[in-house]
Amino acid sequence: MPSIKPIRTEKRVRTEKRAVGERGSTAMTSSSRPKLASHMRMRFDPVRQQHVLLGPESVVVLNQTGADILAVCDGRRTVADIVAALRGRYDRVIDEDVRLFLARLAAKRCVEICVEIDDE
Amino acid sequence: MSSPARRHPPPSTEAPPASRGDALRAAAQPVGLLAELTYRCPLSCPYCSNPVTLGDYHDELTTAQWQRVLAEAQELGVLQLHLSGGEPLLRRDLVELVAGARELGFYTNLITSALGLSRRRAEQLRAAGLDHVQISIQADEPALSDRIAGTPSFQRKIEAAHIVKELGWPLTVNVVLHRRNIDRVAAVLDLAEELAADFIELANTQYYGWAWRNHGALLPNRTQLERAEAVVRAARERLKGRMEIVYVLPDYYSRYPKPCMGGWGKQQLTVTPNGDVLPCPAAHSLPLPRASVREDSLAWIWALSPLFQRFRGTDWMPEPCRSCERREIDFGGCRCQAFQLTGDAARTDPVCHLSPDHDIVAEKVRAANERTGIRDGVLTPRPHRGHPSSG
Ligand code: SF4
Ligand code: SF4
Repeated sequence: MPSIKPIRTEKRVRTEKRAVGERGSTAMTSSSRPKLASHMRMRFDPVRQQHVLLGPESVVVLNQTGADILAVCDGRRTVADIVAALRGRYDRVIDEDVRLFLARLAAKRCVEICVEIDDE
Repeated sequence: MSSPARRHPPPSTEAPPASRGDALRAAAQPVGLLAELTYRCPLSCPYCSNPVTLGDYHDELTTAQWQRVLAEAQELGVLQLHLSGGEPLLRRDLVELVAGARELGFYTNLITSALGLSRRRAEQLRAAGLDHVQISIQADEPALSDRIAGTPSFQRKIEAAHIVKELGWPLTVNVVLHRRNIDRVAAVLDLAEELAADFIELANTQYYGWAWRNHGALLPNRTQLERAEAVVRAARERLKGRMEIVYVLPDYYSRYPKPCMGGWGKQQLTVTPNGDVLPCPAAHSLPLPRASVREDSLAWIWALSPLFQRFRGTDWMPEPCRSCERREIDFGGCRCQAFQLTGDAARTDPVCHLSPDHDIVAEKVRAANERTGIRDGVLTPRPHRGHPSSG
């Protein structure tokens, strides 16, 4: 297809540069219920030995903590639940860090906030 | 919880558990592969960026050869696979290739005109694990869309877009903008909204291949662009959180060039229907040594071939790029555009206002603004199938 050449790059650049809070519904509070956006997929990349979050135009490399957080984002658990779940695994989980991480991904449209609890 | 994750460090306070988009850029591994499965196409868009020498690409890779290429790409670190063309649905083995690609872990993206995306084919692709579908339309209404596409196709595209959403895929609608359809941007956005697209790409034409041949008749004027941009700004506000609008600027009107492919041989590679490997889909036009999966491994081509090494990094750069603070931002622009406009691929992209050749672009822009009619100029459609024996 034709215009693929510039699109890929432009989008990538724009996605990475987009600031937190630039979009509307990305406010992430303790009661938000985040989940991966339907166009995103997380997997472990054996080549980089890291988890990656993949979309049609975006690639995000995650560290283990980031991957652990996203693994429990199911659209039912609240951010508070997620922090609690991670407390079992990590000595210290900073609520603020988790929220910031998720807000950033929400700003990139990688993560969505579920409004209704049982919309699956 | 006794998960092995316990061995991993907790998130530190100074550095939140953030995503690291930069890590990939630093790593010398490609992220995306554009697999141009065939240049055959039922459409004949005059802005098509396929090579004007379509006849050179009839000898297409076999299923087994593509499977080998994909396996090698996976080992090389490629994460996203864009299946494109031409029209990739014309490959009878598309479902098989998608299934294999998903087994290799790729995020698979089908870039299609949607002709040939019947419900049955769509269901097969869904079952094979295809992740995302991008459908191109040529305008918001049948008459203009079909005229630009060179064949009745609008209605079938709309039906296919509905099927894509019904099957639960995320949908991107792509519209290439030019002088003859850019005034329809508002209606195009309405259509995308009606189709419940997740993303819409409004991409101003980039002048390669057939588009370059037709650039005189395709380049919009400044008034057209300003109007379109105002519409896009308002729509972004209105559609926030529902549909993401990606607007690709027309680089002839920009101060700086685009960071083509995120840098030569840095993130992306393209494999053409006949097995040539390119740093970008337009690079076949450059007078550089060929690289082909028929002769060498993808790993060698990516890392060591003269083609991929030619413009990698910044050492090749002439002034003004060499000492410019933007050299790692836009990489001196597009090599193909530099070659096309100046005859020398190693010059600064003439789109850049700092380029000594910028007057070439300025002249084209001036000409586009002197012509008033939007239908001025002659458009040469690309040949429909680009393949004499295809059915
Ligand atoms: S003719 Fe149109 S649909 Fe076919 S490959 Fe070219 S741009 Fe795409
Ligand atoms: S001079 Fe070169 S590096 Fe600087 S902005 Fe122009 S194209 Fe980019």
